Amino acid sequence: MYNEKVVDHFSNPRNVGELENADAIGETGSFKCGDTMKIYLKVEEGIIKDVRFQTYGCGAAIASSSMLTEMVKGKTLDQALQITNQDVADELGGLPPLKLHCSNLAADALHNAIENYKKKQTA
Amino acid sequence: MAERQVYMDHGATTPMREEVLEAMSPFLRGHYGNPSSLHSQGRLVRRELEKAREQIAEALGVDKDEIYFTSGGTESNNIALHGVAAARNVPGHIITSSIEHHAVLDVCCELEKNGHQVTYLSVDSYGRVDPEELKREIRPDTFFISIMAANNEIGTLQPLEEFGKIAAESKILFHTDAVQAVGQIPLEPGQLNIDLLSLSAHKLNGPKGIGALYIRRGVTVSPVYQGGGQEKTIRPGTENVPGIIGMARALELAVSEMDQKRDMLTRLRDRLISGLLKIDQVRLNGHPLERLPGNVNVSFQHIEGESILLSLDLQGVAASSGSACSSGSAEPSHVLSALGLDHHTAHGSIRFSLGRGNEQADIDYVLKIMPAIIDKLRRISPTYKPKAG
Repeated sequence: MYNEKVVDHFSNPRNVGELENADAIGETGSFKCGDTMKIYLKVEEGIIKDVRFQTYGCGAAIASSSMLTEMVKGKTLDQALQITNQDVADELGGLPPLKLHCSNLAADALHNAIENYKKKQTA
Repeated sequence: MAERQVYMDHGATTPMREEVLEAMSPFLRGHYGNPSSLHSQGRLVRRELEKAREQIAEALGVDKDEIYFTSGGTESNNIALHGVAAARNVPGHIITSSIEHHAVLDVCCELEKNGHQVTYLSVDSYGRVDPEELKREIRPDTFFISIMAANNEIGTLQPLEEFGKIAAESKILFHTDAVQAVGQIPLEPGQLNIDLLSLSAHKLNGPKGIGALYIRRGVTVSPVYQGGGQEKTIRPGTENVPGIIGMARALELAVSEMDQKRDMLTRLRDRLISGLLKIDQVRLNGHPLERLPGNVNVSFQHIEGESILLSLDLQGVAASSGSACSSGSAEPSHVLSALGLDHHTAHGSIRFSLGRGNEQADIDYVLKIMPAIIDKLRRISPTYKPKAG
């Protein structure tokens, strides 16, 4: 049901955990199936220097969170905002259709983190 | 490659026994006659088919005329419910439980559309239906009670004898979906006042695509299919002869080895349960004692069932889950919800169903790998806070 890349990110998730002194935290959840994702960002001069995630959910939810953290490291905030859930699924080499809606939410959590960061900057 | 391959999903299906395949083999090769044919080929197959019916009847302690071959549990349940309902002229009232298999629940929903009324009995936190509640819900127009013998997800056994007594006293037909129970626990329709009983061969080391429905003599079931008139018109269509022969052999073996197998599985089950309960923040779902010999269903807090299953699979262990994410719907299992489990707890549940072929080394392997799997997933989870120290 999952391809090798998904299984790899599930089995060896990258950038797991909390980030102490994070500059921004973002969160999203699927009300229906209960998946929850949390993204922690360390930002320097508009560039994502470090990122961590925590996820409650199925294999696809964990794998897509892990994949996303690899995709955003070193990106500017504006570049990171361009990343969609579909991009994450594509980068993973595809997810089962059923999972595209309920468990592929990592980009939403990222966008939420960036929004929170920007709010903090302007406050 | 995993260190060990362990199959613990016997509630989904079981491996077919060698003896069963052997019994079936002649009917997949030379004995291809249609049992309805007049010629000697057909007559030979007919004789063997009727012998199989007798074996099945004997295993259940019923008469051979009361056994009808079907394609499996789902069809048996459909024929039982639709067939009895169709035999009435006017809509009436049906009582079932809220934790039935979809092959009963969804038929009940369909019957509601046809004007029947259905009461779905609640269960206690172990998944047991209260006989007193059953009694209270009986109405003058109640014509059918359908309550499963053992639940497929949590393994809880129902007090069938009490239900049977209540149904008989009220002259209401009593059906039980015994797909998970036949061959696992003693089950004689005659002693339990059961009027109709569904069973399936592939849950007891027999072939897939074959099952049976016991219908007590005198119970009127209207045909829900039209066709060639086989199975006294209750299930027309050329018989699945190899399947029937295989089912009879599988059931015969299961019943003759039942006591021994039950003791063995109960021992393994309890070893697995007590080992799993040593893990932090885990609960057993279903009844601690009144449960299928091979059923273990546990919920792990802070993590989701499918990710546990996937981790187990990567290490060679096949299990299943009541989690929506693995079954293809967003809602958690109706069974776990009926027990009162909250959304997250229901999502974090997995089922190990033990069966023939499992041994202590399998249990010990699962118990060896489980703590690390749970710990790893919890470390990813945003809701889990590890204990200090």
